[in-house]
Amino acid sequence: MIYAITIYGEAGVFESLPKARQDEVMAGHGALQSALRERGEFVSVKLMPPTSAVMVEPAPSEGQTPLITDGPYSETKESFLGFYAADFKDLDEALEYAKMISSPIARLEVRPVAWAGGAISSE
Amino acid sequence: MSEWLEATFAQQRPKAIAALSRYFRNIDIAEEAFSDACVKALTVWKQDGAPRDPLAWLLTTARNAGLDRVRQSQRRAAILSRHNEEFQQMPAETPDPDELRDDVLRLLFICCHPELERRDQIALALRIVVGLSVEEIARGFLVKPKAMEQRITRAKKKITNNPVAFETPSPQERSARLGEVSLMIYLMFNEGWSTSAGSDQMNLTLCEESIRLARLLVALFPAMGEQVALLALLLLQHARRHARIGPDGQIVTLDDQDRALWDRAGIAEATTLLQKAQRINHRGVYIIQAAIAAAHAHAASSADTDWTLIEAHYAALYALQPTPVVRLNQIAAQARLRGPEFALAAMETLTEDLSRYRWFHAMRGTLLQETGNHQAAIGAFETVLTLGATTPETIAVKDKIAASKKELGLL
Repeated sequence: MIYAITIYGEAGVFESLPKARQDEVMAGHGALQSALRERGEFVSVKLMPPTSAVMVEPAPSEGQTPLITDGPYSETKESFLGFYAADFKDLDEALEYAKMISSPIARLEVRPVAWAGGAISSE
Repeated sequence: MSEWLEATFAQQRPKAIAALSRYFRNIDIAEEAFSDACVKALTVWKQDGAPRDPLAWLLTTARNAGLDRVRQSQRRAAILSRHNEEFQQMPAETPDPDELRDDVLRLLFICCHPELERRDQIALALRIVVGLSVEEIARGFLVKPKAMEQRITRAKKKITNNPVAFETPSPQERSARLGEVSLMIYLMFNEGWSTSAGSDQMNLTLCEESIRLARLLVALFPAMGEQVALLALLLLQHARRHARIGPDGQIVTLDDQDRALWDRAGIAEATTLLQKAQRINHRGVYIIQAAIAAAHAHAASSADTDWTLIEAHYAALYALQPTPVVRLNQIAAQARLRGPEFALAAMETLTEDLSRYRWFHAMRGTLLQETGNHQAAIGAFETVLTLGATTPETIAVKDKIAASKKELGLL
């Protein structure tokens, strides 16, 4: 089963950490990535800050084109920062790997992938 | 553990201080209340885990802490009674995002008091909004902490004597405030950029903090093209930080920079931001400057650069901002297209305006070298040295003088 490990947190907090703490976080990602690489294919994605985002909102009514708006308004809460996707034996194993990138500034969600196209499709 | 939490506090500080300043109508109380809340968070969050919405938690806690402080103080009791009604009405949860963005903008705008010197405005914003210590700010400006402390105290006194209305600003007022605050952030970056004394002492604090503030503005005002462009511009400049000082501590011009040292992630982010700003279809000074910086950032080498495009951008910038310095930059682009003689002749019209501007003489020196007029080039470079060149600039200019002397057989 393919699981997605998605990362939520507040954009900019990582950058406010002292260098040693940043290195700690990055070491976790380094460890996870090399562990996943040994197992086979995986996907990892880090998104740019939400300020670089542009929103495509549903068309106001039928027959009109979708609305492009200039990005999410200031979110005081956490936002979606990035994700991993890889094939795991079961939930327990996925959780074990997710722990490698756990830190006080990120909340992780482990969720099975119902469908994936391209490189991460297992069948 | 506290380092992790402090990163969160730093992230929340501008919004929290801004909202609390409106609540208490007083920046000092806001700052004290916020640090009370942070102290409390250190124990409570360690025990119960960090809340899902740290800003809401900090604001509620700070409000209560601030009210306690206000009640304890005679002088402040007056403030309390004056605003008592409002205090009761104020909801405890996170403020409305529209209100919050005007709060942050107001707080930054208060720091831009017109009677303050620009450097004092910047220092004040770093102290109050960003929350840097006096020592950190002093290091940023290359002055002694004691002197910086006095300047900040004096500046703070001045802003309390000039209250800015707490009502929601009109669209015109909001846009005027955004313009003023953006300029302050832009100059904060330039201050950091130009005081960097060498590769060991790259003065990045001011640059990085200005980028954080520019990010904050974009997060609060995502539809404002100029603010998105300002962030793009700063990121593009900052992307060159590792390439602009050479191994001997000399300043390295754009032409000679090792482009492999440019920060590609920063350039990529800036590029998307610039595209976003261009979508908003706005033609302001930052978007043009960002477009120029992007043209450089995407060129594989100096020879590969689209100088025609850059020249056109400078012409557009000159239409908005007809200053001699913009014109000088336009001429620098023309030099690439039409040769050094053309540029030297065009520069004649600026001689008087820019006689004290060291980059004018540095550019003249380089162009004179290109035409083979080394005697005159040496004169121009020697003028640069009398106009307050920084150490890295001095090293680079002395190298150029030596090169011309060698050409003349004087060395």
